[in-house]
Amino acid sequence: MATNNSNKSKIIYTALAWGISGMIFFPILWTLLTSFKTEAEAISANPSLFMFDWTLENYSDVLARSPYFNHFWNSVVISIGSSLLGLIIAIPAAWSMAFVQTKRTKHLLMWMLSTKMLPPVGVLIPIYLMFRDFSLLDTKLGLVIVMTLVNLPIMVWMLYTYFREIPHEILEASRMDGCSIGEEIFHVLLPLALPGIASTLLLNVILAWNEAFWTLILTAANAAPLTAFIASYSSPEGLFYAKLSAASVMAIVPILILGWFSQKQLVRGLSFGAVK
Amino acid sequence: MGSITLKQVTKTFGDVNVIKPIDLQIHDGEFIVFVGPSGCGKSTLLRMIAGLEDTTSGNIDIDGKDATNTPPAKRGLAMVFQSYALYPHMSVRNNIAFPLKRAKVPPAEIEAKIASAAKILNLGDYLDRKPGQLSGGQRQRVAIGRAIVRQPSAFLFDEPLSNLDASLRVNMRLEISELHKTLDTTMIYVTHDQVEAMTMADRIAVFNAGVIEQVGTPLELYQTPVNRFVAGFIGSPKMNFIEVEPVDGNPTSCVGVRPEHLKVTQDKGLWTGKVGVIEHLGSETFLHIHVDGVGPLTLKADGDCPLKYGDNVNLTAPQNKIMHFDAAGKTLPPTPFSGN
Repeated sequence: MATNNSNKSKIIYTALAWGISGMIFFPILWTLLTSFKTEAEAISANPSLFMFDWTLENYSDVLARSPYFNHFWNSVVISIGSSLLGLIIAIPAAWSMAFVQTKRTKHLLMWMLSTKMLPPVGVLIPIYLMFRDFSLLDTKLGLVIVMTLVNLPIMVWMLYTYFREIPHEILEASRMDGCSIGEEIFHVLLPLALPGIASTLLLNVILAWNEAFWTLILTAANAAPLTAFIASYSSPEGLFYAKLSAASVMAIVPILILGWFSQKQLVRGLSFGAVK
Repeated sequence: MGSITLKQVTKTFGDVNVIKPIDLQIHDGEFIVFVGPSGCGKSTLLRMIAGLEDTTSGNIDIDGKDATNTPPAKRGLAMVFQSYALYPHMSVRNNIAFPLKRAKVPPAEIEAKIASAAKILNLGDYLDRKPGQLSGGQRQRVAIGRAIVRQPSAFLFDEPLSNLDASLRVNMRLEISELHKTLDTTMIYVTHDQVEAMTMADRIAVFNAGVIEQVGTPLELYQTPVNRFVAGFIGSPKMNFIEVEPVDGNPTSCVGVRPEHLKVTQDKGLWTGKVGVIEHLGSETFLHIHVDGVGPLTLKADGDCPLKYGDNVNLTAPQNKIMHFDAAGKTLPPTPFSGN
């Protein structure tokens, strides 16, 4: 009886999991399918899921119309650059918050997190003006700086959580063994926190890759990453659903591949600290 | 060289005085044990000597030089932690070599020192293993090895045996004592276990609530404790305390008798009680005796003690083994005691 009940609940939970996953995945599937339709089929009042004339025309049009690889390269530079720069700043910050705590460390952490609750549009004008004055508009460097600042609170929080798991005594032992603070971080802390650092890096690459608000506002032609490339298919000339879908698929495929191969590491990293 | 002098050293965390002004002279080559209950400040003082905690006021001199504000690595001390604090991502060899590499010692010399430490500590077979592949005792030996190779002027041990099981603890205790004899280097050893303190120390400092109650050899502390706290803390099982009413001319408010000095007598004795729980340890027996108006007393008897649970017994103790304490807990000169 107990086994029957447990089997039944297993079936229900499995069905529920598939249902929810299907709901989440469906828009991506729809985008993928639309990218293989003609524009006419894409806007048809009676759309067909699979029964349509499959075509690669949208992809060739998109590649012909836009410098895809330029945008791709911009995305790579901005996402990886901002994540690496973020790590360089976040590692010492998280170290001091984890190991040299003061009465106000918790407040500082909460304040950093609270900046993520501020709508970005709230700081749009000052940042835009600063970018204009420093000639950072439409530059990859500008985007790297903004993405670093936007994601820094998350990086510090994640690293802080990992560092807290490392026994304080190991770092003290290294201090007794003659390490300076830099050597202590480099020789002892970083190797021990490597899984956490890798997942922090990975998550921030994904977040920076997908970021659209700042990239659309602060770039034009030179530094526009793939998010801006997608948006260019929604223009005053009209909305080209099929081409927009093809552009979207081309934009998300690299990061999907990265996410797929690193999902184990990512899940492990994200749950690190939450489960002892 | 390895003499350490503490002059009016204090430590404050916020409003809490963890270490009240402490003066202590630790001699070169001495094995001194800091002992006391949890939270008494013994580990904090050790960490202050190591340089891992700032000193709020006072001075710490190492080999005659003021080291109060010297960074840990520059003090010439090595520390062995309770949790071993080995670097889990490095092999045993690299753990031991780590402080030498930081000091930029030539590779050939590093290898020679590793070989020597491995020989002293029987680690030869484990040099290429990671700490996670070692037992608790082996890990502790690696931690000691990492300390030895630096040839420090003093070793600091912070409850190094607490994580080991009882039998291993006894072995490691002997090994550390043996190491002290071999190296002839100053060792400061923190423990809450008075048996460790008694068996290992040249001198013991008994801590209580941030102050040193008494410093002396193990036998001095056992035979002539300065107060009730030290008398109760040193000795196992702990001393029996019997509250008495002070009378004119005799300020004694409590007498103390060690369990090994309490005897069963056929005569009237000083106290009468009923035998409670009996703990047989083979070579000796601990009897917990309920004495009316006094409370439970512990008696240490021979292993073949014939007494049984519920037996009525008369108890006595030699007058020269009965200690007297005043209301503040200070030890008083011995006076004749005729029971409560």
